[in-house]
Amino acid sequence: MATGSARKGLLVATLSTLVVAALVAYTIGSSPAWPEVQKAFFDGRYFSTSLPAVAEAFTINVQLFILAELLILPIGLLIALARSITTPALAPLRIFATIFVDFFRGVPSILIIYVLGFGVPALQLDGVPKEPFFWALVTLVLIYSAYVSEVYRAGIESIHPSQERAARALGLTRVQALRYVVVPQAMRRVIPPLLNDFIGLQKDTALVSILGVVETFKQAQILKAASFNFTPLMTTALIFLIITIPMTRLVDRLAAKDRNAQLGGTR
Amino acid sequence: MATVKRSARTLKVAPVLALKGLKKRYGGKLVLDGINLSLAEHEVVCLIGASGSGKSTLLRCADLLEPIDAGQISLESERVAFEDRSADATRRKLGIVFQGFNLFPHLTVLENVALAPRVALSLTQVAAERRAKELLKSLGLAEKAREYPDRLSGGQQQRVAIARALATEPKVLLLDEITSALDPVLVAEVLETLRSLALSGMTMLIATHEMAFAADVADRICYLEDGRLIEEGTPQKMFGAPRDPRTKEFLRRVRSISAPGAKRRAGTRVKRTVRAKR
Repeated sequence: MATGSARKGLLVATLSTLVVAALVAYTIGSSPAWPEVQKAFFDGRYFSTSLPAVAEAFTINVQLFILAELLILPIGLLIALARSITTPALAPLRIFATIFVDFFRGVPSILIIYVLGFGVPALQLDGVPKEPFFWALVTLVLIYSAYVSEVYRAGIESIHPSQERAARALGLTRVQALRYVVVPQAMRRVIPPLLNDFIGLQKDTALVSILGVVETFKQAQILKAASFNFTPLMTTALIFLIITIPMTRLVDRLAAKDRNAQLGGTR
Repeated sequence: MATVKRSARTLKVAPVLALKGLKKRYGGKLVLDGINLSLAEHEVVCLIGASGSGKSTLLRCADLLEPIDAGQISLESERVAFEDRSADATRRKLGIVFQGFNLFPHLTVLENVALAPRVALSLTQVAAERRAKELLKSLGLAEKAREYPDRLSGGQQQRVAIARALATEPKVLLLDEITSALDPVLVAEVLETLRSLALSGMTMLIATHEMAFAADVADRICYLEDGRLIEEGTPQKMFGAPRDPRTKEFLRRVRSISAPGAKRRAGTRVKRTVRAKR
């Protein structure tokens, strides 16, 4: 009975999806300029010629988002902890952390990339690196540390105060209570939203192309400019999707698991 | 035994824990209004009173988990306060168990108990776990050491919480209505644990709604109402012949629900002989 209705549901879903897909394909395909658009964006020849270069340039993106994530995870946590400081003497730290988060979450990423990537090297200070890759990395770390710190903070605040009180009652200091009781519990809850931000970071590595870093998007633009064909950009899009879609599924699954665990653990 | 204890008090043996003129405000409301209360070594004091009478607040303030607005707290003749830098060290000398257990769900039973010895007392991992195992064994929880708290019954969880509170070898154990969140069937095992702790000489301040238990285990009963200590005395006096009309009224209302009769006072006598023999 239940499996019967499930099978029926699947059939309906498949049918309706096929119908919609066919309608969309027909609408696009029957538009008068479709042949030209198809040639400009989805040309198989350009796809296969652009693929090696675009894929190779993607290694730069991979380097960027892995290096950046390795820095973002600890820095974001430090900022989150700084924001939850209650000691009056350390108020400057909390204020600095708050301003940091407000600023880097509030200003469009592309502007920050411009200012840091072009502005700081232009100061010509001794010992300050000029490599675009370095500044691309710094920018992404700053922006995403701000986002990630908010994820951590939400996680820390989701742990009931009675947990910290129990730890303090045992004679643990506030820092020890955070270190051994609050943060470990918060970590489990923040893994799905952290992965979400990680996906965002992966996509945003394309933004640093404006600094002249020849990563996959820049490489695709170069090929496009040389051939007057947009297909290389589609190649890049496909490469991004290959990385991000499995990750998105993973986030969904972890989040669902988390929900079940919380529903099951009401005792 | 009771006579010995009373004479000890008249000899002015310094109390382990002393609260003087304790006042605590939440918003504008005075929840503790000048509480004076002290515990001698090995003494078991039960706090009774309606919900909202200030029992829990009193325990939390005594444990330096919350600041007080007036008065002073002394532990072993030394003044201690929430604001002191040494407050963390003071909390290690006090154990508290909460109504809602508040075990750490991400740690096993053993890790829950070993955490404070390891982190707060800086014992080695081995020494901390040895102590935790001994405590769990003495509370009949040895076989649960590797389980996570959510796999345990409420009564077992509460006994783990007691073990955890004992792990820093506190001078005084504070217990905040620790059976209120339990099934009636599970209450007995937790009360049994407290009874054996009392017999082992642990100094305890117990907020409870279990009148029969209080009559059985306490050396002294304190009745609280609206943040004030209305009356105190031995269980015989408090349950047998309370003087204050407010105490009488409270006990009358409690008895109308469940009647703690002469049988329980008989139980008290049994316990005292056991203690005297020890």
